[in-house]
Amino acid sequence: MTNKVIHVLYNDDDILMDAVRQTRAAHHHIEEIYTPFPVHGLDKAMGLAPTRIAIASFLYGLVGLSVATSMMYFMMIADWPQDIGGKPSFSYIQNMPAFVPIMFEMTVFFAAHLMVITFYMRSKLWPFKDAENPDVRTTDDHFLMEVAAHGDVDQMVSFFEKTGAVEVKVIEKH
Amino acid sequence: MSSHYEAPIRKPLIIGDKNYHDVTVDVARPVEGRANRQWWIAFSIALAAFLWGVACVAYTVGTGIGTWGSNKTIGWAWDITNFVWWVGIGHAGTLISAVLLLFRQKWRMAINRSAEAMTIFSVIQAAMFPVFHMGRPWLAYWVLPIPNQFGSLWVNFNSPLLWDVFAISTYLSVSLVFWWTGLLPDFAMLRDRAITPFTKRVYSILSFGWSGRAKDWQRFEEVSLVLAGLATPLVLSVHTIVSFDFATSVIPGWHTTILPPYFVAGAIFSGFAMVNTLLIIMRKLSNLEAYITIQHIELMNIIIMITGSIVGIAYITELFVAWYSGVEYEQYAFLNRATGPYWWAYWLMMTCNVISPQVMWFKKIRTSIMASFIISIVVNIGMWFERFVIIVTSLHRDYLPSSWTMFQPTFVDAGFYIGTIGFFFVLFLLYSRSFPVIAQAEVKSIMKTSSETYKRQREQHGHGHDNHSHSEHNH
Repeated sequence: MTNKVIHVLYNDDDILMDAVRQTRAAHHHIEEIYTPFPVHGLDKAMGLAPTRIAIASFLYGLVGLSVATSMMYFMMIADWPQDIGGKPSFSYIQNMPAFVPIMFEMTVFFAAHLMVITFYMRSKLWPFKDAENPDVRTTDDHFLMEVAAHGDVDQMVSFFEKTGAVEVKVIEKH
Repeated sequence: MSSHYEAPIRKPLIIGDKNYHDVTVDVARPVEGRANRQWWIAFSIALAAFLWGVACVAYTVGTGIGTWGSNKTIGWAWDITNFVWWVGIGHAGTLISAVLLLFRQKWRMAINRSAEAMTIFSVIQAAMFPVFHMGRPWLAYWVLPIPNQFGSLWVNFNSPLLWDVFAISTYLSVSLVFWWTGLLPDFAMLRDRAITPFTKRVYSILSFGWSGRAKDWQRFEEVSLVLAGLATPLVLSVHTIVSFDFATSVIPGWHTTILPPYFVAGAIFSGFAMVNTLLIIMRKLSNLEAYITIQHIELMNIIIMITGSIVGIAYITELFVAWYSGVEYEQYAFLNRATGPYWWAYWLMMTCNVISPQVMWFKKIRTSIMASFIISIVVNIGMWFERFVIIVTSLHRDYLPSSWTMFQPTFVDAGFYIGTIGFFFVLFLLYSRSFPVIAQAEVKSIMKTSSETYKRQREQHGHGHDNHSHSEHNH
């Protein structure tokens, strides 16, 4: 079975924002919007849930801090304590100030890299991944809204033409 | 209706009659066009310098560190001077992209991409000095905390040199992913414009299949913001830790608590100067004057002036504290810097770093391209001498007068340094011809608030809001 979608192209972000509101008010289902740059407020207008990636990053940072702390505890205090410059490493709490720089660096390292990896995986971005924007103009100056077709398609097309679209296409999607 | 209001007193950041498509074309032009003669000349010179550096490094590795001018008293000289110099230059990129993002400075968008490229390329140069100073660079992995053949004798986590390993590798790798994540939409733009299958394939791989979905952009912006939040303390920590290499030692002239903030200010100072040097040339050669405007250069100059003044205060504070401490070794170290055999290096540093940026108080000078270019180079000469003064003058008079000596660089010292400058420019020139040198997606997002076209439209309509009519935009 194939289902039809309508590709509506705009060439201005403000017109797009108005069109998104009209489309949602008319109870059409927006499948996806492809834009050449971040349009502020578009996610809210579309009704997308806020991203939780910052929370993930915070948790990754805590992991980094724990890894750094336990690593240096094991290596410097437990496994092979040394007397460096008359400052013996027999107690974690007394040696801890010297470990702070690396605790900080590893917190940042884990928080940043694991967050970026999470972003790439969730948004399906990696080398050799094929691009999925349906029209090459969406990385230049066009904004493409993909809407699920239902009911009278011709009526939907004329609805979208009135929202300020520069192009409306009906696409068979497999 | 979304508001794109910006106070009319703010000067436009994008000059000329530009629309979204013009931004695409202008950013893609240097990549799609052919290299001109000037580019090939610059590239050949840089490549020659780089190859000379490779030869000098090969000689160093083959023969030993004795090929350098470093001696028993002055064990650290040009190598560490160059290391700190390059790391310092590498600070402006992340500062521009992270700190200015947190402060919502829109003018960063035209320059952040190149500044970050500069950061990454200069940190690569910096890393080479400690690696080759090891003498046996193939054992460089010994700095990592890995189980080894000596019965798990671990690396020393009390040592600032090891902190440096962690700080610089974190900084380099985080800057790299920050840069690359920002590049994805712009590589996608080049991919979608590519005509030949080869370029299409290359930019397709580089862009990681970026499609510009609304959800991707939402995550993209959140990731950028969090990375900026992480990179801001990171960039400050890196040069703080570099300064610990000196500050935690017991050498008079190094053992000072002012070193971390002093080094960070100096790093920002020299990094911004290098950004100015590079962008003044690039805006001209790549026809980007509409995006990297005089206003951008002026703002950079103001930061150079402020950080230069901070550095000046740090120099004077050091002198004062040396006197006030009552420690005669400390007093001698600073008196010797200013009046000893290396007086010329000290006063060159003072002139270039403290006096030269003060001319930026005059608007005429800070908005002059020629003056900005000259001062940006003078500043980086001064900053090189700052590190030379700190390192060599503190070491050359040690506690035992019979060991007192002078430092004589060899051609290998000079060749290695010139080689890194060549390598840096090789990378930067290749970058300028194959990467989108302006974050075009971000520039497009500030078009309506900050471009000359939209500012003029808003003025004509006489409203704070965009009152576009649909008919006006329809074709």
